[in-house]
Amino acid sequence: MAYQFDFSFLSEYWPELLRGLWLTLKMSVLTIVLGFLVGTVLAIGRTAHSAWVRRACGVYVEVIRNTPLLIQMFLIYFGLASLGLKLGANFCAILSIVINISAYTCEIMRAGIESIRKGQLEAAQCLGLSRLQTLAAVVLPPATERVYPALTSQFILIMLTTSVVSQISAEELTSIAARIDSITFRSFEIYLVVALLYILLAVAVRGTFWLIARLVFPRLRRLGTPL
Amino acid sequence: MLTTFQIQALLVGALWTVGLALVAFIGGGVIGLLVAVTRVSRHRIVRNLSFLYVQIVQGTPLLIQMMLAYFGLSLLGYDLPPFAAACLAIVVYASAYFGEIWRGGILTVPKTQWEAAECLALSDAQRFWLIIVPQALRLSTPPTVGFMVQVVKNTSLASVIGVADLTYTSKLINNSTFQPFQVFVLVAALYFVMCFPLAWWSRKLEDRLNVSNH
Repeated sequence: MAYQFDFSFLSEYWPELLRGLWLTLKMSVLTIVLGFLVGTVLAIGRTAHSAWVRRACGVYVEVIRNTPLLIQMFLIYFGLASLGLKLGANFCAILSIVINISAYTCEIMRAGIESIRKGQLEAAQCLGLSRLQTLAAVVLPPATERVYPALTSQFILIMLTTSVVSQISAEELTSIAARIDSITFRSFEIYLVVALLYILLAVAVRGTFWLIARLVFPRLRRLGTPL
Repeated sequence: MLTTFQIQALLVGALWTVGLALVAFIGGGVIGLLVAVTRVSRHRIVRNLSFLYVQIVQGTPLLIQMMLAYFGLSLLGYDLPPFAAACLAIVVYASAYFGEIWRGGILTVPKTQWEAAECLALSDAQRFWLIIVPQALRLSTPPTVGFMVQVVKNTSLASVIGVADLTYTSKLINNSTFQPFQVFVLVAALYFVMCFPLAWWSRKLEDRLNVSNH
């Protein structure tokens, strides 16, 4: 094997990589927060009284979950542009990821909401809580706690998924890597470095969610062991 | 409107997508089985190596894996054609997830089953394949089929390294017709047709499992 590894280009391009990493991180945090909120609203919609609301949310989830993110992204980026609505690549990227991830979060949260026992809801009703109060105080906190591991895995997946937005020229880690690759022709090295950065990011995200769980869920804090 | 030729091209692209997905199911399934078995192995080193493999694969985006398989390996002297590189990347990707799903299935089989099999003087292999695997299989089928949907959708990333799959073809056609809505809605519909039956089947399997558990 004649190939010589050469990582010397890193010293020159390191700041650019860091900038890409920073955008990936920002994009991940934004899509995770928004995706969680929209997904939770959809999950509530899927358990609503009105059959129409339930069905509409169901169709949304099925359509989004059964088509690739890349196609959704093209549809939003090129499609909206062809209608004369020119939005930036970063905005379209975030929009399509939020649309995509909210469908998955919805299904996870729905599982959590449905796992709340009926007696809890009846007790809330007996205490005279409104439907909104019941949701906010009785249903959502334990539901989130129960599906928290699944949510964490899903959020790490989103973080990795942000690499796809390089395809519509948003300037995050992967697209910067592709650019450095086309300047230096050091493909193997650059993608190895980027893969390593993603692994570190994944570990960081997992750690952050573990910390958040410690802070937010009192039961977990008291027992000191995961549920 | 799209011409017949363009629609034909899309359908041929869809065939490549299906082909890639099938390779991922079979290759990922075989290696995934290996991952699952080694993840519950008695030897700590084997277990740790397998764990490391899963962590690395699950910690990096499939897109980067595709790039490494295509651009990276060609620099090392293994000049793979795009389809082969995409197959390699997606098999590696699928194997880590399949492996983890099946490991979960194996671990949910109660410990007493292992002990009972031991009491019946079954050999290690017999115990694993005749007692544990059939029960684990039943539990892990719904998530496995669910993940197959992900695999079908993720084959779209192979377009980036130049595999002429459905997504790649749709990009080409969009570049020449400038009718993104028509093209991508049609493509989304084609993907939906491929994925929805799998998703529906997964849900059916899950329902059946729930009934028998109650």
